Amino acid sequence: MKQKNKKVNYSKWGYIFILPFFLTFFIFSFIPLVDTIRYSFFQYFRSGLKWIGPNFVGLENYKSLLQSDMLRYAGNTFILWIIGFVPQIVISLLLASWFVDARLKIKGQQFFKVVIYMPNLIMASAFAMLFFALFSLKGPINSILISWGVITETTPIDFMGTALGTRSLVGVMNFLMWFGNTTIMLMAAIMGISPDIFEASEIDGCNSFQRFFRITLPLIRPILAYTLITSIIGGLQMFDVPQILTNGAGSPNRTSYTLIMFLNDHLKSKNYGMAGALSVYLFVVSGILCYITYKITNDDDPDGSKAAARKRKKMERRMK
Amino acid sequence: MKKKLISVLLSTTMIATILGGCGGGSNNNSSSTPADNTSTESNAPAADSNASTGDNAATGDSAAAATDLSSDAGQVINIYSFNTEVRDRINAVYPEITEAGESQSKLKDGRVINWVINPNQDGVYQDKLDEALAGQMSAADDEKVDIFAAELDYITKYTDADIDAAMKLTDLGIDPNTDLADQFDFTKTVASDQNGDMRATSWQACPGVLVYRRDIAKEVFGTDDPAEIGKKTSSWDELKKTAEELKAAGYYTLACYDDTFRLYSNSMAQPWVAATDTVVKVDQQIMDWVNDSMEWYQAGYFDPAVSGQWNSDWYTAMSPDSKVFSFLFPAWGIDTQLVPNWGDGAEGSWAVTNAPAAYNWGGTFVLAATGTDNPAYARDILLCLTANADSLTKISQEYADFTNAKSVMQNAATDAAFASDFLGGQNPYEYFTPGADNIKMAPLSSYDQGCVELIQNSFHDYLKGQVDLDTAKANFETAIKERYPEITEVQWPE
Repeated sequence: MKQKNKKVNYSKWGYIFILPFFLTFFIFSFIPLVDTIRYSFFQYFRSGLKWIGPNFVGLENYKSLLQSDMLRYAGNTFILWIIGFVPQIVISLLLASWFVDARLKIKGQQFFKVVIYMPNLIMASAFAMLFFALFSLKGPINSILISWGVITETTPIDFMGTALGTRSLVGVMNFLMWFGNTTIMLMAAIMGISPDIFEASEIDGCNSFQRFFRITLPLIRPILAYTLITSIIGGLQMFDVPQILTNGAGSPNRTSYTLIMFLNDHLKSKNYGMAGALSVYLFVVSGILCYITYKITNDDDPDGSKAAARKRKKMERRMK
Repeated sequence: MKKKLISVLLSTTMIATILGGCGGGSNNNSSSTPADNTSTESNAPAADSNASTGDNAATGDSAAAATDLSSDAGQVINIYSFNTEVRDRINAVYPEITEAGESQSKLKDGRVINWVINPNQDGVYQDKLDEALAGQMSAADDEKVDIFAAELDYITKYTDADIDAAMKLTDLGIDPNTDLADQFDFTKTVASDQNGDMRATSWQACPGVLVYRRDIAKEVFGTDDPAEIGKKTSSWDELKKTAEELKAAGYYTLACYDDTFRLYSNSMAQPWVAATDTVVKVDQQIMDWVNDSMEWYQAGYFDPAVSGQWNSDWYTAMSPDSKVFSFLFPAWGIDTQLVPNWGDGAEGSWAVTNAPAAYNWGGTFVLAATGTDNPAYARDILLCLTANADSLTKISQEYADFTNAKSVMQNAATDAAFASDFLGGQNPYEYFTPGADNIKMAPLSSYDQGCVELIQNSFHDYLKGQVDLDTAKANFETAIKERYPEITEVQWPE
């Protein structure tokens, strides 16, 4: 009896210890979250110094958002994200597998690890400012090109004046900022694979390509999934880099205008109703994306279908 | 049991430390009450001394009837502004200040002025100010906004009679007809609410001129005489001919299309948005700006390496290596933009002459906030800053502002003391002052800032050939409705 009591008490203390977190979460995250959803059903904004609303308008905000260019901005966000993500994951995988490869024995590993992580330590906005200055019409890049004779002074390249230029710059920045972080994460994942497997494969005459695609890649899939999910969520929230690079306009012709910049413009006009509705859309979309990604990558069978895996497990059990 | 007791102790101390943050807050609250007490205590003797000075004043009351500063309840005068401009000028000219400071200035009678400065960018200043004004009535006396600054672009937001954020000058004890008789009329018009009551006042007027490089003028035209160059810039047609000459010599007439914007927008016949309306009416002048800019841009009269104002490319265009001949600026533009960006360039390389059209660009106004606890001081500071000939002369000489006093400016136009070394010994008021007389202000609306910013943004893409005219128009419509949700429609001129 006594024994049992003790156990109950301990778990109770556990709850009490984590209570502060839940209290703060409830006050500072949960209540604002519910409030956001509530305001999304209201017309509520400020005109000059006058407040308009809150008037209940039902789903009006959601409807007018669908009629706006929201989907186009979602497309922009996706394009900007994918331009940065593809090179990021490729380079990171390559670097990670080189760094942990026992046979390559790269010297100064620690140094390189620090260097590739560096860009992530710079504030995104500062990084964007730097690129803005570098690639501006009278900036150093144009000056260098002029002095090399590639272009003349009357025809400077307007990097941020074209959709391709702006999007590429945003992609490059996101790539530079995040590939170090991803590399280190993937290195940890690869180091977690038992060296026995690599040794065994080598004895069996496995070449480095086979080793990478048939051993490394499948075995780090959970971490890859994690990288993908966090990157998608980060990508959905892409804001500071394009905002500062294009001065909040997403120029030219709003081709680099992301969803959060759209949200920011609503908040600038203190349009809490519309901003709330947009946030709810984003919340739902990121929820769905996470679920899909999790499902796809978390399957533990090679065929890619969970049903097949379950079937095979049953078969195995029967065999026993 | 003992263990249990210890764990209870441990967990309670832990929770206590975690909640310490909150506890700190409540501590502050509780400690702020005594602080309040002390401040009211300190108020009391201050009030006493006020009474005594009041007595003193009472003896000379008939003489100093103008301002009885001791009647104010508040000990702290809070002045909100978006840069150091207002602070520097008040510090320089207000005689009651004994100790001028960056964040606080002390006054003769022990009161202090608090300078609350937030940057204009991204609407930060207006956000902070709006919040403060919204809480004005419930704020403690010394937290209340007493005076705030507003730019011409958004002044109507604060002079609105229905909102009543700023006091009528007549309620404050300033009679515009007598006290502000020397001000330029257009600055009085824009400082009035929809009923014609003035609620703001300014120490400056901002008639614009054309500022040009003397060295380029000498090289291309053989002269840098402002009168001669003035003939070449007297109208758009003349300026276009001049631009052709400059182009042949490898120079750009202006830096970019936005430079000419104010000359067009100043001649608008109707406001962007009529009062109590929700329709943006784009004026024909704006479309003229778009078409002319396109023509000029394609003809190569603008520097192709500058897109828009207020960015590093634009600033570089003001440096000695630049090939840009001229800028369209009011007085503040020369002082705050050209001088710092010219940097180490030879002094006396610039000169001013008449612009192709009369225009006004910007201007900072000061307003007394409704609910101020220092109305007497507000009145005194406003008068001293914007209606006192001596202080206006001082501001003109020290800060090169074109000040809001007809007589002072008339004198300045002929007074050699106002000559500028930066302009090669030229007296710029010769051109500013006649410019000011010709200004007819375009009617304002509280949407001006957003309309100007967004129409420039939207049409940059068109001017650069990224989108066609209809897309640019559609982009403006989208952007303006986002910025001002109450806007229902945008009408374009035929």
